[in-house]
Amino acid sequence: MGHIKLTNVAKSFGSVDVIHDISLEIADGEFVVFVGPSGCGKSTLLRMIAGLDRPSRGELTIDGKVVNNIPAADRGLAMVFQSYALYPHMSVRQNLAFGLENTKMAKTEIAERIAEAARMLEIEPYLERRPGQLSGGQRQRVAIGRAIVRRPVAFLLDEPLSNLDAELRGSTRAELAALHARLSATMIYVTHDQVEAMTLADRIVVLRAGRIEQVGTPLELYNSPANRFVAGFIGSPHMNFLEGTIESSGSDKAVVTLAGGHRVEVPIEGNGTAKGARVTLGVRPQHISIGDTKGIPAQIKLVEALGSETVLHADVSGQKVLLVAPGQHDLMVGEGIHLSLSAAPVHLFNENGLRLGHMV
Amino acid sequence: MSRVAQFLFRRKGGKGWHWTDIVTWIWLIGGLFIMFGPAIWLVGSSFKTPAALAEFPPTILPYVTQKVTVEGIDKPLDLYEVTLEGGKTVRLAELRRIGVVSQMIDPSNPGEIIKVNIAQRKPVREMTFASENYAEPFTHFDFVRYLWNSVFVTVVATLITLIVNSMAAFALSKYEFRGRTVAMLLILATLMVPLSVIMVPLYSIVSALGLFNSLWGVILPTVATPTGVFILRQYMLTIPDELIDAARMDKASEWQIYWRIILPLTAPALAVLAIFSVVWRWNDFLWPLIVLSRKELYTLQVGLSIYSGELNVQWHFILAMTVVTMIPVVLVFIFLQRFITTGIAGTGLK
Repeated sequence: MGHIKLTNVAKSFGSVDVIHDISLEIADGEFVVFVGPSGCGKSTLLRMIAGLDRPSRGELTIDGKVVNNIPAADRGLAMVFQSYALYPHMSVRQNLAFGLENTKMAKTEIAERIAEAARMLEIEPYLERRPGQLSGGQRQRVAIGRAIVRRPVAFLLDEPLSNLDAELRGSTRAELAALHARLSATMIYVTHDQVEAMTLADRIVVLRAGRIEQVGTPLELYNSPANRFVAGFIGSPHMNFLEGTIESSGSDKAVVTLAGGHRVEVPIEGNGTAKGARVTLGVRPQHISIGDTKGIPAQIKLVEALGSETVLHADVSGQKVLLVAPGQHDLMVGEGIHLSLSAAPVHLFNENGLRLGHMV
Repeated sequence: MSRVAQFLFRRKGGKGWHWTDIVTWIWLIGGLFIMFGPAIWLVGSSFKTPAALAEFPPTILPYVTQKVTVEGIDKPLDLYEVTLEGGKTVRLAELRRIGVVSQMIDPSNPGEIIKVNIAQRKPVREMTFASENYAEPFTHFDFVRYLWNSVFVTVVATLITLIVNSMAAFALSKYEFRGRTVAMLLILATLMVPLSVIMVPLYSIVSALGLFNSLWGVILPTVATPTGVFILRQYMLTIPDELIDAARMDKASEWQIYWRIILPLTAPALAVLAIFSVVWRWNDFLWPLIVLSRKELYTLQVGLSIYSGELNVQWHFILAMTVVTMIPVVLVFIFLQRFITTGIAGTGLK
């Protein structure tokens, strides 16, 4: 069981508020990813769940039991640290056994659990080695193994892949997903890498400056970001934002004039958009295509030919726009093109960054 | 061998001698003499007889004049090499000396006395090790007792020092509490108070606690050292906090975190402190002299002072026992120094 619930949890260090009133429910067996830029409080939030930091306010329950005053060790959680935090003076086997010995578990049971975890993670050959004699990937496995042998109600992972090289990160990500499927345990995973979040999560929690910006499945976040921050954070390359003003607005659609004078029609949900209000148009690089002369005029600044696709950096009346065109294109820097949004989902954000609606 | 030579004769300027090469050689050789000269003189002199110690000019190695026993004379006589008038050199024993004339006899022909000017005779010297310098203190004096007292004081004081100081350092480096910095500064500030200043109050305390004339009275006041706390704290600050977090998640108690995680990882710094502590306690003189007034409780350093009486200093015993006293300290350096340089391989953290 690993049902974790946060109610109005807040954390202050002195007079600095790091986490503001966060309420969140994590179901048993769910893979939840906390994502956000550095300093957004995601690690602090994880440490509070772990019991390493105490929330200043609010209530934290695990399986219905309030755990605010229960020490980390008794919460039944296991944590994988960014630096792995393996005990350097102990062998891999001792590292795995340390937590179990502290619970006064029988020796045979400890040996059994270590053998099982070692088999699962393929670290059997290194059991007698010290962490210093292992590669980064092997250490990472040992760190995960140390969590697995505890049979925790939930795994807490604090940027576990950030110390690995790109290739290893990819394969370990897949292994983590497989591990989650196999253990079907609750996992809370902290990362600043939105690709990891998208690929691993059942649900993503996007954090900024100690507040939850949006909670949802990866595709919900991708398709209907609640605000401009989430829209810019999720998806690679980042979403393009074009400044504009409302020309006219009806009950279901609005006409927006872009900075260059070009007009775009965007469907919106609900009323309340005054004529002349300043808005931001958001469109993903993959959703812009090169169109005919009716499109938005732009000038190419940089061409990145990746083979399967071409990334174009363009300039639309002073604003930078990225577009990803499939296939290979014979375009030159400085060339003028026209951008078409006709087939694209377009997001509209008001002055406060909240989403007004989208065009599908 | 050639690699050793290659290492020793490596020069900065490639083929030629750069001036820094010469300075380095002079500096190192000079340093070698300054460092090792007294030690070698000490070891050499500890084997000299009292007479040889008083000799001028002094020698490094223990030489004595050879003696022979001549038939019909009770005492052994000094043997000399004498240049006779014909230019012939013979070995003769000196019977007695009157002014500048020495009366000598041939050991193989003791009947005849030969008179020789003292300028024409040279003593026949040989190297002898006066091992009685070592043997006598061990048999006639309580040296084994003193040695045991010193070993006890040093070992126990060092163990307690390591435990007490590492506990203080652990709290001061890994726990956040109000007044942590002030506590650290106060501890460091005690470095500025020399023993001579606190000697009298310390004596009152030790005496009030009934530790006067007890080895514990020597041990306990010395175990909390600001230097030790500082060395260990600085080292513990480099141990990542995530390790402690991990241990907390692993259900380790605070004691286990200290004993099983922090202490093993602080081993290099503990070794340094252990060396310091052993040397300090072993060489302590003033405080043991104050606390211990019963002879059977003397430590080596205090015991050594027995040999310098008011009228007569028994240098040969002092030197020999100083060598014995030095041995443990030298051994500690030899063994623990290697441990320090090796350190703990890898930290397991990036």
